[in-house]
Amino acid sequence: MSATTLLRPTPSGLYCAAGDFHVDPTRAVARAVITHGHGDHARAGHGAVLTTRETAAIMRSRYGDGCAGRIDETPYGQVVDLGGLRLRLVPAGHVLGSAQLVVEQGGARVVVSGDYKRRPDPTCLPFEPVSCDLFITEATFALPVFRHPPAADEIARLLASVRRFPERCHLVGAYALGKAQRVIALLRQAGWSRPIYLHGALLALCALYEQLGVALGPLLPVPEGLKNALAGEIVLCPPGALNDRWSRGLADPVTAAASGWMRVRARARQRGVELPLIISDHADWDELTGTIAELAPGAVWVTHGRDDALVHWCGTRGQPAQALALAGDDDDHD
Amino acid sequence: MQRFAALLDDLTYHDQRNGKLRLIADYLRTTPDPDRGWALAALTDGLDMPHAQPALIRSLAAERLDPVLFALSYDYVGDLAETVALLWPVAGPGHPPPLGELIATLGRTGKAAMPGVVAGLLDQLDTTGRWALLKLLTGTLRVGVSGRLARLAVAQFGAVDPAAIEDLWPSATAPFTALLAWVEGRGPRPANPGGSAFRPVMLAHALDEATRATLVPGDFCAEWKWDGIRVQAAVSGPARRLYSRNGEDLSAAFPDLVGALDFEGVVDGELLVLAGPAVAPFADLQKRLNRKTPGAKLMRERPARLRAYDLLFDGPEDLRPLPFSHRRQRLEAMIGSGRPGLDLSPLIAFADWDDLARRRADTTGTAIEGVMLKRRDSPYLAGRPRGLWWKWKRDPHLVDAVLMYAQRGHGKRSSDYADFTFGVWADGDRLVPVGKACLGFTDAALEHLDRWVRGHLVKRYGPVAEVSAGLVLEIAFEGLQHSTRHRSGIALRFPRIHRIRWDKPAAEADRLDALLALLG
Repeated sequence: MSATTLLRPTPSGLYCAAGDFHVDPTRAVARAVITHGHGDHARAGHGAVLTTRETAAIMRSRYGDGCAGRIDETPYGQVVDLGGLRLRLVPAGHVLGSAQLVVEQGGARVVVSGDYKRRPDPTCLPFEPVSCDLFITEATFALPVFRHPPAADEIARLLASVRRFPERCHLVGAYALGKAQRVIALLRQAGWSRPIYLHGALLALCALYEQLGVALGPLLPVPEGLKNALAGEIVLCPPGALNDRWSRGLADPVTAAASGWMRVRARARQRGVELPLIISDHADWDELTGTIAELAPGAVWVTHGRDDALVHWCGTRGQPAQALALAGDDDDHD
Repeated sequence: MQRFAALLDDLTYHDQRNGKLRLIADYLRTTPDPDRGWALAALTDGLDMPHAQPALIRSLAAERLDPVLFALSYDYVGDLAETVALLWPVAGPGHPPPLGELIATLGRTGKAAMPGVVAGLLDQLDTTGRWALLKLLTGTLRVGVSGRLARLAVAQFGAVDPAAIEDLWPSATAPFTALLAWVEGRGPRPANPGGSAFRPVMLAHALDEATRATLVPGDFCAEWKWDGIRVQAAVSGPARRLYSRNGEDLSAAFPDLVGALDFEGVVDGELLVLAGPAVAPFADLQKRLNRKTPGAKLMRERPARLRAYDLLFDGPEDLRPLPFSHRRQRLEAMIGSGRPGLDLSPLIAFADWDDLARRRADTTGTAIEGVMLKRRDSPYLAGRPRGLWWKWKRDPHLVDAVLMYAQRGHGKRSSDYADFTFGVWADGDRLVPVGKACLGFTDAALEHLDRWVRGHLVKRYGPVAEVSAGLVLEIAFEGLQHSTRHRSGIALRFPRIHRIRWDKPAAEADRLDALLALLG
């Protein structure tokens, strides 16, 4: 069996007939492999789920213990043998628990990248390159305008702004799973030891990260009913809450957002962001193209985002590639 | 250059005026001379840079970048300078020149060598630096900082009186080393500008009915508001200058007037041209403004005249701190029964506001467009202080708006831009569109306007061109209503372009508040 027939796109997501499972299915299925805990990849209601220990914990935390008929937790690297079809999960470097799926049968190997990045992240294991015949890659930031600067530089800009506007609160929009904890960990690395204040929607996942062994330092919920509060402090909230009513009690907040989209001015301005922080948990253009060049797989399938530019780039390098239209893609978070 | 780029970058995101002031002051504190002075020049539009056409940037992009990836990226980003800044291949850690050096380099580079020099600079800069350079080159900083805001930041940076900065600014030149040394307390106060230097002008607010009702007639003098352009004549011995309201030297275009001036001091007034004894239409004045050096025939048929209404300096004596009524007496005494080139704008005697409104209404068809109200006790202050001077224009309502978008016309005008969307300033330094007009142009004016649009194009959306905020259109309209369709929340009734204010800086166009006040 050749690599390009092991998996095929279906309306429910990538499907492996030989193993009878879907990868990150978009609707409830009998058997699912889940690469990581973000809502557009990990959904509730599947019959059986295979995923990492951390992603299983994240799914239970978000959806409850009964979120799947059964969850099989598998450590990174451990081979699951389904009668000649061999599966294993290897670190993707995207968020805590995130994995690439490696599928092998009869000497053919497919790697499904899931969402990934190559930058160091204090909250999760780094991406592990696995050579393969078919690489199914994400393409969220697959335009050459997306080149993420070092995250430490962006954190330094945040801290510079805190020094410049000590009478204002700094409100940072960050995705609740992964980004928020990474920003906190980066702030700690940069020496910010004060309590970091959290919007209610971030509390549970931060506590879970700590349980799973990721130290985040002192965290406090934003107290309710405040007036002109938390000047000089850093507050994290989900991106959608940046311009919400709840932040009105904060002291004249500087609105910041930690996202790869902040690379483009218009995107930042549209969201009313004053301090755009280009911090992404996705691979940027150089990481996407560099990974393909490094793996040099027999074929590349491009999913999740801007497939046109990445397929074009592969063409200029003589790398066989095609766009893989998947239903239910969602590029809204990173 | 990187520091300046970071400043521009921060300024684009910060909407609050105080935040912008702080950013500029911080920059001035942490950046050495002469770079910080050059940055101020760039922010205050005082930089004489060879502007590169977008075509040059496109051709650089075509040389260095994959056309498909460029097209996909441009489509996504939507801004040429930003797209190229983001895409430019990184050559390795660069050693970008300081801002002052960079400006000097560009200044001495000829057209043929420009692409190579710009590409070399792009290679040295990081993303933000490349973006800032391309914005500088295309002359569209658009970071929401008016010259006035930048000067205020200089004052706050050094804790000096903003009025002193306004006063010294016109005679200071980039990179402002002496001025900044004084501001920092390291050097002497630069000498007050000489007798023929430009002094910043005092401007009036538009008067709405609600405010008018609160004013006491006896507190004010009334003058006609002339349909000319605001000028300042400064004479000191042989040095005679005629300035526009923003300090542009107009002397060469009006040698007939400048040659005739025989007073000593600084006079504030209206520049008019005459047709026989009467004031000629504004279009005739426009004709003279368009000629850098007028012919003898034009000067004979349309002589220029200064209608004086204020005296800032009498000889070397600074009258600006004195009350208007006192300055007016000195002006009348200076002009006496008349001086060459100069006459006195009369005061209008009036019993009450209704009386003045009637007199104002009687002026239809003259070179008068309303009345000016000036508090008798008002000192002469730079800028647009509140509550001292009011302009009470005659109906129809007029608003000075800024051209934002142009669209190609139909039929005979299908190849020209003939349909114009304009806006006014709202919260901070953002333009909001208030209407659209396509009527009221001669072909010659259209052609002129069309050329301007092509030269200031920022972005194209199909047939619609977005232009940089640089041209003021005086819009006449019959009334105002609330609108949910426009971002500004208001719609003008029967707007038409009354005239094109080539002379007026965009930053001084009207604000949304002024229009909202008309709604009552």
